[in-house]
Amino acid sequence: MTQVLDRPVELKVPASPAARTARRKAFLEWVAVHSLGVAAALFFALPFVFVFLTSLMSDSQALSRDLIPHTWEWANYRKVFDTPGFLTWWKNTLIYAGLGTLLTVVSSVPVAYALAKFRFRGRNLTLMLVISMMMLPPQVVVIPMYLFWAKQLDLSGTLWPMIIPLAFGDAFSIFLLRQFLMTIPNEYVDAAKVDGCGDLRTLLRVILPMAKPGIAAIALFQFFNAWNDYFGPQIYASENPGAWTLSYGLESFKGAHHTDWNLTMAATVLVLAPVLLVFFFAQKAFVEGVTLTGVKG
Amino acid sequence: MAIHTLRAKRPPGLAAKQRRQALRTLAFLSPWLIGFAVFFAYPMISTVYFSFMHYDGFKPPTWAGTKNWTYVFEHYPFFWPALRNTLWLVLIMVTLRVLFGLGIGMLITKIKTGTGIFRTLFYLPYLAPPVAATMAFAFLLNPGTGPVNSMLEKIGIPAPGWFNDPNWSKPALTLMFLWGVGDLMVIFMAALLDVPKEQYEAAELDGASAWQRFRFVTLPNISPIIMFAVVTGVIAAMQCYTQPLVAGKVASGVIQGAGTMFEPGYPEHSTLTLPQLVYNLGFQRFDYGSACVVALVLFALSMAFTALLMRRRGGLIQAGD
Repeated sequence: MTQVLDRPVELKVPASPAARTARRKAFLEWVAVHSLGVAAALFFALPFVFVFLTSLMSDSQALSRDLIPHTWEWANYRKVFDTPGFLTWWKNTLIYAGLGTLLTVVSSVPVAYALAKFRFRGRNLTLMLVISMMMLPPQVVVIPMYLFWAKQLDLSGTLWPMIIPLAFGDAFSIFLLRQFLMTIPNEYVDAAKVDGCGDLRTLLRVILPMAKPGIAAIALFQFFNAWNDYFGPQIYASENPGAWTLSYGLESFKGAHHTDWNLTMAATVLVLAPVLLVFFFAQKAFVEGVTLTGVKG
Repeated sequence: MAIHTLRAKRPPGLAAKQRRQALRTLAFLSPWLIGFAVFFAYPMISTVYFSFMHYDGFKPPTWAGTKNWTYVFEHYPFFWPALRNTLWLVLIMVTLRVLFGLGIGMLITKIKTGTGIFRTLFYLPYLAPPVAATMAFAFLLNPGTGPVNSMLEKIGIPAPGWFNDPNWSKPALTLMFLWGVGDLMVIFMAALLDVPKEQYEAAELDGASAWQRFRFVTLPNISPIIMFAVVTGVIAAMQCYTQPLVAGKVASGVIQGAGTMFEPGYPEHSTLTLPQLVYNLGFQRFDYGSACVVALVLFALSMAFTALLMRRRGGLIQAGD
């Protein structure tokens, strides 16, 4: 308190030349930082702007070098929706992302909880295996997996080979959630035990309510993984357009409309927009998830 | 001493209790354990097995010995270009991405006005679905009508061919990955804000210049995060699949449908990466044996980098207690 009161005496002294140069320097730094910021903002924002503007151009203008549409062709978006298959891709993506997210959360929570709060032999080994799986390119095991799903279970051309594995825990989700659960003090678990809660009840009644932000983060990441997945649908669904997802269909859309950049960009906007929309409602969970994997290791 | 007495007096129920605890641990871990066995251990063993077999998915597999291995390393024309491209991405793209991510992270900590808007703008591209981002960049960087080349020509800079020129296709990919640097920005920002303020004040009192403060205060404090960004970046570069594949397909103008052939790594193998070879060998040429050889090379490389991430001492991800 006293320190705060002591200070203004010094500050009231009329600005000396030295203080003035310091202020000028601070102002120049502010200008420099914000000019750089604006330049960076242009770099990050312009691709979105150009894609959106092109999506509203007429067919012929999209092939010209103009940057701004002469006439705003909102009908392009209707044309995209009228393209055969486009609505099916939406439906498939929502099934893959929705069901996949649900299964991931249900199967990953108990595993993450055990890795964060149980003490048992082989815990570090299990955690190391989880991290290794997280880092593993899906292409490493895709040949036997494809043969398994396609030849043994006859499920190629469906979404199931992509969804079913998520019922058995997802390495990234387990790791991220485990990092989150580590930040919850063990005392809560102990207190629940003293009150006579079993492990399952402790998890469901005590930990889960506190772990909501962590669960929101893994749900979001998993949702976007499915939304963004290209390799899975390419391997398992490519032969059946009825099982394509948006990410996979988008590229074939370009194939079918190979000169129509305007329609292709309209379709691109339609694949991008839901992601950005969800982000605006769930920024915190996202950013928290990214920091949890990177900083609080 | 105390422990011995305790052990001697272990109540008869304790063994049963321990067994119950082991069972409960197994129960909680079971989804992952089953998943690990079915979706990793079993296919991994099969991958090794198929790498020594001739198999096209139709006729029963026959013993090939090391023929698939010599085929991939000596005769398959794409293996070495793909490995070279992967190394290019690992060395150049990862370096640029980490430097740029650090720069943007530092910039955002210095911005005092409109921070939220800037941060959101810098972060958004990271969320763009890979296919959508690649389609967007294939359009933006399209040499004929793309807005980037239009602008470059207006200011008199000779416009490159980007995804259509083997010398520019990897820089074009890199540019796209720099655009999606938002994840690194977030972790660098968090790390930079964690650097103790007193250290900067002490350095300033000692008369340290801005560069010296960066070199001797900032860098040592955030070096674990830089290492984390490098190693995870390297792993991501090794897995790079969707973006180069889609960029190559769109630039080559191939009309894609089920089972269509396309030139891998258009133009001139310049965007070919190791994961694409698994697809090319397995699902375009139906040579599952050789595809498994490439899969094992990919496995060895990615596990080597993962080990860096988890070294017991100085590792970046600690198991902790």
